[in-house]
Amino acid sequence: GLPRLAFALGRADNFWFFSFMQGSKLEVPLWLAKGLHDSKRRIISVELPKIYKEAWRTVFSADANVVDLHKMGPYYYGFGSQLLNFDNPENPEIAQTILQTFISRFRRIMDSSQNAYNEDTSALVARLDELERALFRAGQKGLNDFQCWEKGQASQITASSLVQNYGKRKFTDVDC
Amino acid sequence: MRTLYDRNQADVSEAKSGRTDLIFLIRFRHCCLLRNQRCILAYLYDRLLRIRALRWEYGSVLPNTIQFHMSAEEVEWFSRYKKSLATYMRSVGGEEGLDLTQDIKPPKSLYIEVRCLRDYGEFEIDDGTTILLKKNSQHFLPRWKCEQLIRQGVLEHILS
Repeated sequence: GLPRLAFALGRADNFWFFSFMQGSKLEVPLWLAKGLHDSKRRIISVELPKIYKEAWRTVFSADANVVDLHKMGPYYYGFGSQLLNFDNPENPEIAQTILQTFISRFRRIMDSSQNAYNEDTSALVARLDELERALFRAGQKGLNDFQCWEKGQASQITASSLVQNYGKRKFTDVDC
Repeated sequence: MRTLYDRNQADVSEAKSGRTDLIFLIRFRHCCLLRNQRCILAYLYDRLLRIRALRWEYGSVLPNTIQFHMSAEEVEWFSRYKKSLATYMRSVGGEEGLDLTQDIKPPKSLYIEVRCLRDYGEFEIDDGTTILLKKNSQHFLPRWKCEQLIRQGVLEHILS
């Protein structure tokens, strides 16, 4: 038993009670699980979230393009990569699925980001995970910068975005 | 963080004298400490990157509203970064040095059309004449004189 851990997790106003008998299940943040994980001593074992389990992996390999990764994630790739830290026997399959999913979805993302007049864009972006959204935005920015240059606007001096934002925000005291 | 640290120190000595069931708890507190440290460092580092960007995008004198919200260490850092940059700029480009913070975008002409976005006051240009920068007034001015005011949001660069 771990008597004092219950108190360590509790807070004055909102006391959480956990019984730490061997075999008990607990939901913890990823960073805590990583910190407690020890390959040699087996303090904790991590259960895979369902989206990384075999049933869902089969769905991904059938057609990764139809999956709403934002709803499933929204950090499907990043979180999935971190999950590989826990010595799960399914790791090779998980890694392979994550990689193949990215490969099959990437082409469509890249193509739409280069097309300025694609009305389907918002529907597509809604189903992207955060990594994919960042890639999409990078593609759009490249396209916009090029068009700006074509119009001869590349030499226009612009106001610093930092200053514009500071002008608009009102600094109120934050109660910490 | 101090509370976590102190409690861990106490438990470490107990663990050393036999109570091995405390090791998990000690490890847990340590994870929390590392996590808090990481969050704090990420926040402070992000602030530093923004402060550095201000030197390039705004200029070497920061507006009061921003300086008011900087810690003493950040103000000191900004001052040292400014000096470092100035020293470097003096060392390149021959005798006079090179102002790298100018002409960030390739210039197309020596003179540009600008519109004043707010009342700024009098502004002297190289040949000694002064211009009154009033809100909505438009002027045809040398690019190198206006660049900083445009970035600071006082003027707007108009393309013809």
